[in-house]
Amino acid sequence: MTAIGSEIYSLNVNGRELPVRDSWIGESLLFVLRERLGLPGAKGACEQGECGSCTVIIDDKAVCSCLVLAASAQGAAIRTVEGLGPDGRLSDVQQSFLDAGGVQCGFCTPGFIVAVHHLLDGNPDPSDLEIKEALSGNICRCTGYGRILDAVKQVAVSRRSGSRGDSKEGAR
Amino acid sequence: MSLVGAKVLRKEDPRLLSGTGTYVDDLSPAQCAFASFVTSAEAHATIDAIDVRAALAIPGVLAVYTAADFTDYPDLPGGLPTLERPALARNTVRFVGEPVAVVVAEDRYIAADAVAAVTVSYSPLKVMTTIEDATAGDSVPLFPRHGSNVITIVPTMDDLEKELAKCHGRASLHIVNQRCAAVPIEPMAVLADWKPDGLTVWATFQAPHHLRNYLATWLDIPQMNCRVVAPDVGGGFGSKIVWYPELFIAPVISKLLRRPVKFAQTRTEAMMQMAHGRDQVHDIEVGYEKDGTIKALRLIVSQNLGAYGDPTGLGLAVLTTWMAAGAYRIPKVSTSFRTVVTNTTPVAAYRGAGRPEAAYSIERIVDQVARQTGLDPAVVRQRNFIPPSAFPYETHNEAVVYDSADFPAALAECLRIVDYDAVRAEQKARRNDPSKPLLGIGLSCWLEIAGFGPNGSLEGFGHLASWESAQVRIQPDGSAIVYSGSSPHGQGHETMLSQIASDELGISFDRIKVITGDTAAVLQGIGTMGSRGAPTAGSAVKVASSRVLTRAKRIAAHLLEAAEEDLEVVDDAFNVKGSPGKKVSWGDVAWASFQPLRIPPELQAGSLEERLFQESPNFSYPSGAYACVVEIDRETGDVTIRDMVLVDDCGTVINPLLAEGQVHGGVAQGIAQALYEGVSYDSSTGQPVTANLLDYLVPSAADLPDYKVGRTTTLCPNNPLGAKGIGESGSVGAPPAVINAIVDALSEFGVDHIDMPATPEKIWKAMKSGGNS
Repeated sequence: MTAIGSEIYSLNVNGRELPVRDSWIGESLLFVLRERLGLPGAKGACEQGECGSCTVIIDDKAVCSCLVLAASAQGAAIRTVEGLGPDGRLSDVQQSFLDAGGVQCGFCTPGFIVAVHHLLDGNPDPSDLEIKEALSGNICRCTGYGRILDAVKQVAVSRRSGSRGDSKEGAR
Repeated sequence: MSLVGAKVLRKEDPRLLSGTGTYVDDLSPAQCAFASFVTSAEAHATIDAIDVRAALAIPGVLAVYTAADFTDYPDLPGGLPTLERPALARNTVRFVGEPVAVVVAEDRYIAADAVAAVTVSYSPLKVMTTIEDATAGDSVPLFPRHGSNVITIVPTMDDLEKELAKCHGRASLHIVNQRCAAVPIEPMAVLADWKPDGLTVWATFQAPHHLRNYLATWLDIPQMNCRVVAPDVGGGFGSKIVWYPELFIAPVISKLLRRPVKFAQTRTEAMMQMAHGRDQVHDIEVGYEKDGTIKALRLIVSQNLGAYGDPTGLGLAVLTTWMAAGAYRIPKVSTSFRTVVTNTTPVAAYRGAGRPEAAYSIERIVDQVARQTGLDPAVVRQRNFIPPSAFPYETHNEAVVYDSADFPAALAECLRIVDYDAVRAEQKARRNDPSKPLLGIGLSCWLEIAGFGPNGSLEGFGHLASWESAQVRIQPDGSAIVYSGSSPHGQGHETMLSQIASDELGISFDRIKVITGDTAAVLQGIGTMGSRGAPTAGSAVKVASSRVLTRAKRIAAHLLEAAEEDLEVVDDAFNVKGSPGKKVSWGDVAWASFQPLRIPPELQAGSLEERLFQESPNFSYPSGAYACVVEIDRETGDVTIRDMVLVDDCGTVINPLLAEGQVHGGVAQGIAQALYEGVSYDSSTGQPVTANLLDYLVPSAADLPDYKVGRTTTLCPNNPLGAKGIGESGSVGAPPAVINAIVDALSEFGVDHIDMPATPEKIWKAMKSGGNS
């Protein structure tokens, strides 16, 4: 069942067209991103669509990449956590998580970052309830969510005040 | 300015936020094969036959192994000899999900297909999932060699019946502390690469050195050729200090196939195979006087071990009985326990590990005393507290001497923040207003044992020991690398230990790197569990750093031709006090330390390095006072937490951002146990019915309240930092606060107790039946 050696299709990920090689047609988008395209940011934590650790954006929709057939995403614009920060620096959402203490073990974090970008890109002024609803598909076991919610509120405020402050420092 | 105590942002975060952290499953060496396990579909059965032919016929399948391929290897380490657990089930399976065979394939899709193609024939045996079933007259032993399903019994010398009978009143509760799953977001994963010159194992684990030590013994190879790396670890909560068979099998497969081999659990596998926690049943009874003072306490504990006797699982009830009396001065305390194996997933440490169970029962029974005496629960607590002047406080168990606390101050602060009197007044007003939801307030003045841990009292726990290691090495440019034996899984050790080292060394935070979790880099370590990071690992770094500084000062004084005592270290430089400009940089001192002609004659080149095993004379005892205010819908029984006040005393706080983060996370797990979570089995078949995140309710952001955090501080006298640990506090303190609030809200219905998780269904039934459900 595994097609060996031939290039079957390509995916548009973070603005680049990437060939998917040696692929079996039944592979999930999560698997292809991680194992075929060298983008391990999305995490496999349940592969049942229940935890959100594998969240990516496909054509402006936040989805669990574990539930998407990779081949079905041909022609769509896929954004992953690797493609959110400008030039390898942290995005404003990522910086806000850092500032608020919204990260502990980090395994759920990429999924949250993608989900928050998706939320704020569509709704720059979310209510507390809207934030909780938008993030209710992402499970974090470490933080108790308090600091994550703080981070989302802070970045929403800073975006509305016009200081779209993508990190100047980036990763140390 | 001191960094210890300051809100310092985490060093770890940029890589974790950008998806460039490295967890085990992110590693994919060339030629890596993938392993997947055939697991038992039966809870208790003998294996008649395993047919692997169809699996082997699938293209891309490399091998299938069963117990017959592992006869050269001993049973897994750690358990009791009579509870033998082979790496793969041999003859008998004892829980659903137990590994029976392992398939190795070119990738995980092929491996999954091959697992489905393996046929195992079973002859079912009697299934016993509960303590009652496993100890009933018609039970059969899971381990015929052991003879009984009761594995350990620690009886009491005195059941205190006389003391209890003498009291003004008696209060008793039968309490079920339900089974929970740890659910780290990263499931178990292991990657093994056996090369002719040595084995490397990357494992998501909390104690890589112990894994290395056991693994080398099990494989019969020298430890020098066995390297274990715990890279970024996606949460653990106790579930990653267990000797899972997969950890031992993967290296053998790599050896046989001469290829790297990876195994990464699915969530359903994780729910069935990663050790569960809690699962104790308590009968607690106290005798009290008219004024609410408690004179005698009797606690009888039954622990469901699941199948096999995990070494930490066997110790849970010990910790529970140690902490039975909580924050209270109770003259007579009697405890006893027994542990029982059942046909369920093994039970081991889960965040709190024995102490949440103790805190829950004592805090529930104190509320029951308040109920029966008509006194306010806060007053009953105040009347029974161990006073601050009584520390160090010797408890009913000689191993347990509480270090320090100020319970009255913590409760007072908690009552102030929650505005206790106002809530009580509001509650009174609502009693006569059926248009509003029920209101309840619950308190929890908890105490736990942490900083694991010193000396002989932990021998029974196998791999826990008293020390933690640190090594501080100054690089030739004056930057520093700190090695710690405490391998973290989300706690922020890189940040926390850098703060401590920075303060001691006078080297700036950004010029300190922390390395953990690699047995090739760190000589020995215990790991991260039992809230020991700050008290043990932090103290080790503090002392090692100060010793390095002493020698660095000697070199600096030599270079400056000044007296050591005239030097101060500021901003990565040694200054002569009172002589502006007379200074030498840390980099110059470090460089000089490698030049024999530039250092004082009594020092050797390369002296700016210190390795240290820091041993504390005793445990630490974090404590706190929590309050929870709930509203309960009168029609549906649905609970809303309106307020959650958390006053913690963890001694010295290294970093409030990290410490409060630990409290938030622990409280979230505590609330989850109180309201949502519980592992359950079909009792006739032993099939797990909560084996994914749809059926097992881990709360989301929408389910949890905001937290109000306060703090009191009494220093721990048992370590140089004065830190007590904070990792498990929330999961110890939160459940009784939530359930006390719910029972308080339901008091008008005559409800004395409600078992966790307090689902709307249970609460609704309790409201209808007056608690006699």
